[in-house]
Amino acid sequence: MDHRVVGALLVLAGAAGIAPALPAYPLTLLTQALIAAMLAMSLDVLLGYTGLPSLGHAAYFGVAAYAVAILATEHRVGFAGCLAAGLVAAAVTAALFGLIAIRASGTYFLMITLALGMVIWGLAFRWVTLTKGDNGVSGVPRPELGLPWSLWSPLPFFYFTLLILAVAWALLGLLVTSSFGLSLKGIRESESRMRVLGYNVWLHKYLAFVIAGVFSGLAGALWAYYNGFVSPVDVQLVTSVEALLMVALGGPGTLAGPAAGAAVIVFLKNFVSVYTKRWLLILGAVYIGVILFAPGGLAGAVARRRR
Amino acid sequence: MRLMVRTRVLIASLLLAAFLAPTAASAQGAPIKIGLLAPLSGAFSATGKDMLVGAELYLDEIGRQVAGRKIELIVEDSEGTPATALTKARKLVDQDKVHVLTGGLLASTGYALQPYVDGQRIPTTFPVIAADDLTQRKPAKWIVRTGWTTSQPLHPFGEWVAKNLKYKKIATIGMDYAFGWETVGGFQHSFEESGGQIIQKIWTPLNTNDFAPFLAQIKRDADAVLALFVGRLALQFMKQYETAGLKGKLPLLAGGTTTDESVLPQMGDEAIGAITPLHYSAAIDTPQNKRFASAFEAKAGKSASYYSEATYTGTRWIVDAIKAVGGKVEDRDALLAALRKVEIKDAPRGPISVDQWGNPVQNVYVRKVEKVGGKLQNAVIATFPNTGQFWKYSPEEYMKAPLYSRDYPPCKHC
Amino acid sequence: MTAEFWIAQTFNGLSYGALLFLLASGLSLIFGVMRIVNLAHGSYFMLGGYVGLSVVWRTGSFVAALLAGAVAVGLIGVAMERLFLSRLPGQTLGQVLMTIGFALIFQDLALLIWGGDPYTIPVPPLLSGVVRLDTLSFPIYRIFIVLVAVVVGLLLWLALDRTRTGAMIRAAVDDAEMAQGVGIRVPRLSLGVFALGACLAAFGGVIGGAFLGVYPGADFEVLPYAFVVVIVGGLGSLPGAMVGSLLVGLLDNFGKALFPELSYFTLFAPMALILALRPTGLFGRV
Repeated sequence: MDHRVVGALLVLAGAAGIAPALPAYPLTLLTQALIAAMLAMSLDVLLGYTGLPSLGHAAYFGVAAYAVAILATEHRVGFAGCLAAGLVAAAVTAALFGLIAIRASGTYFLMITLALGMVIWGLAFRWVTLTKGDNGVSGVPRPELGLPWSLWSPLPFFYFTLLILAVAWALLGLLVTSSFGLSLKGIRESESRMRVLGYNVWLHKYLAFVIAGVFSGLAGALWAYYNGFVSPVDVQLVTSVEALLMVALGGPGTLAGPAAGAAVIVFLKNFVSVYTKRWLLILGAVYIGVILFAPGGLAGAVARRRR
Repeated sequence: MRLMVRTRVLIASLLLAAFLAPTAASAQGAPIKIGLLAPLSGAFSATGKDMLVGAELYLDEIGRQVAGRKIELIVEDSEGTPATALTKARKLVDQDKVHVLTGGLLASTGYALQPYVDGQRIPTTFPVIAADDLTQRKPAKWIVRTGWTTSQPLHPFGEWVAKNLKYKKIATIGMDYAFGWETVGGFQHSFEESGGQIIQKIWTPLNTNDFAPFLAQIKRDADAVLALFVGRLALQFMKQYETAGLKGKLPLLAGGTTTDESVLPQMGDEAIGAITPLHYSAAIDTPQNKRFASAFEAKAGKSASYYSEATYTGTRWIVDAIKAVGGKVEDRDALLAALRKVEIKDAPRGPISVDQWGNPVQNVYVRKVEKVGGKLQNAVIATFPNTGQFWKYSPEEYMKAPLYSRDYPPCKHC
Repeated sequence: MTAEFWIAQTFNGLSYGALLFLLASGLSLIFGVMRIVNLAHGSYFMLGGYVGLSVVWRTGSFVAALLAGAVAVGLIGVAMERLFLSRLPGQTLGQVLMTIGFALIFQDLALLIWGGDPYTIPVPPLLSGVVRLDTLSFPIYRIFIVLVAVVVGLLLWLALDRTRTGAMIRAAVDDAEMAQGVGIRVPRLSLGVFALGACLAAFGGVIGGAFLGVYPGADFEVLPYAFVVVIVGGLGSLPGAMVGSLLVGLLDNFGKALFPELSYFTLFAPMALILALRPTGLFGRV
């Protein structure tokens, strides 16, 4: 079996194994890390594999989170319905925004996606009748799946999230190793060459954009269930920036790297802030350090050591 | 013989020690843990610091112990976002095993924490969070508010303005979120019932820093303006209100936070004359407030504000409840019941008790910004004692009507 | 809508746009020469304001505050470029991410040094006061901002258009490789432009500090506006920055006045639209 698949399985199995031994709080942090990992991996498809740096990825995350939250609280829709609605909402948003964004590349793409992300943020604030504005949507119940274990407890919810992450990771892995994924890599390396070779570059980029949006939405849906609460803060610029940094920290173009980067950042944020008020400064310094000394991120550092 | 006596004494003292040991263990026993959530980084960090110092001031005054047990204050940074507040609340409850949770600043934090707190059955107090509905239509079982509801001061103020200042037509300009809607709504409710008219409602988006486009729209035929701003927006609004030429022309009324002592010192003379209602002012002329205000200023190097009084008195509230249960904070139901029964007669803000929905009944002060001894202060010009969240209204009728929002009460005279 | 309404709002929009020009022109030039988006640009604005605040407290001089703010942040910009950004030549994404790291550090440092309370820089007595025409009032300070922006714009344009250095900068913006090939020291030029951009932003921060205030969070609040200006006007173009800032100032103002519920929309949606039609902005070069 491919060593990456083995590695991924080991990580998942390891997480599944230690979970019962963890006290409640670290377990909830680990759950948060899983959701962040999914967001980071979805962005990796766009950034790492297609070479499109998006500063607005939180938009699809947020759209799905809000869809789930609103349907679950106001209309008491069940898990399947909420999840489907969330994914569809994310897909539609990505499809719309992709039409505008894919026209650009590089820095322009960065800035356009930033603007589009801000539009969603603005909507979250202003469309008060739908999103309750600044107050946020609270009271989102955990899914009722008819299982003997209630998802209100941290451990069952952790396994639930882990399972979904595993499935998503598998799907994304299949995607990036397929011929579609390889063409994405080709586009990242040189768009003109791919065009000359006859590939429909626009379509490839657009599809990558939408797929990345859908998986980002998946993370968003889980986030709504995890916190029981969604607010405009979840779609703000800082969230998109953090996603980008998770990918950069972990190593773009590896899927596993961004997942690791996400875990590192979640734990850094929550542990460092307990010991010092200057956690933001430390975080910034860590980012700069990683970018300077480990440009391939954690995954890059690991790969180099293996060599 | 002596040996036998010594042995008997030894045995007796051993028995005594064994008997006393359990009580000794709980007396020097595990400390009582209070978890405080405050924004210590980010845009609201100054407020968070006020909240922290207020709590610490009170705990230091009582030597950080009650009912023979030490008190441990565990502080976590909510970073001013509800998701982080929730995560840190989980840490405080699951990992640090706090007995009581307190703090929080934003309404969104309050709404985010409510289901969690009720699910965890952890006694919680909100010293600052003022979102009206948390103690109205859907009150949380495990939360006791020791602060205020947003509209609480505005109800008596609306009537007072109509009767005493004799303003008939008022234009409002406030931040476009629940805190602003509930402030204006509360005012409009009583003001219009007393014969006044709200002739214009302007809502400013939360990230506004240039108020010029809004100030230009204020109807110049109004008798006065009611504003609601917080923090740095209050600072900018006051300045721009003056440069827009409105200061002399349209008297300014505002929600209390607009001239709160956390921003008042940074304002200039443009703030003089503003009249605001709130349940606190650093200028309240009672011995207990003077003592608190000077102690706080000595400790923090800045003026006491309603945020710091909130946690100072809020911490005292918790400690009084702990005293009432004899220090047995492990009995959560008893502690919660005690929290709902605390009454303080001599807080810096005056007397406080709590209504059946868990919100304080207290004095509301009308304050006017005046320059005294070269410094700006909120001088108290009127007091409404015993004001609850529903004021004179019947709670049942009040709660049948919708929550104050952007469009409620409707602006009939706009 | 009366004539007074239009006049007043146009004036407001113009003066706000003038401030945006000071903020965004530097960002546009930095991109033009270095092809990186400086996400710490909002931080420069904020730090300039804070430094200016401290100088005013200490000396009471607004002019000293302007100079000190520009110089201090210019130096920070030089340090950032020379010690950090230049270590990743050509890696635009890496450099952009690094600027994000710096933005976080600056935000926390500002909190550490100046605390969390919001402040405003006192307007010098010469510039306070209002010009009244009928029922309209035009704050003198806002007129001052417009004048400053015009002067700065003129100086920049003259420098770019008439001086040798300006020609070199324009060459580097057009095609950095060719410029290098012709003997233009592009790295040194990059450093100069980066420092200039930082100075401009900080200068804008001090000026803005008197009517928008100086407070934690100003950096990330003002950054999207800078981006919108630069995107609409076109990256790397000075005329673009001028037109863009005017457009954005007016759009934002009228948007807030006419459609306050859609205020975030009125800013970003037109930007997205312009980008959809002309991805490089109005005056931009690819």
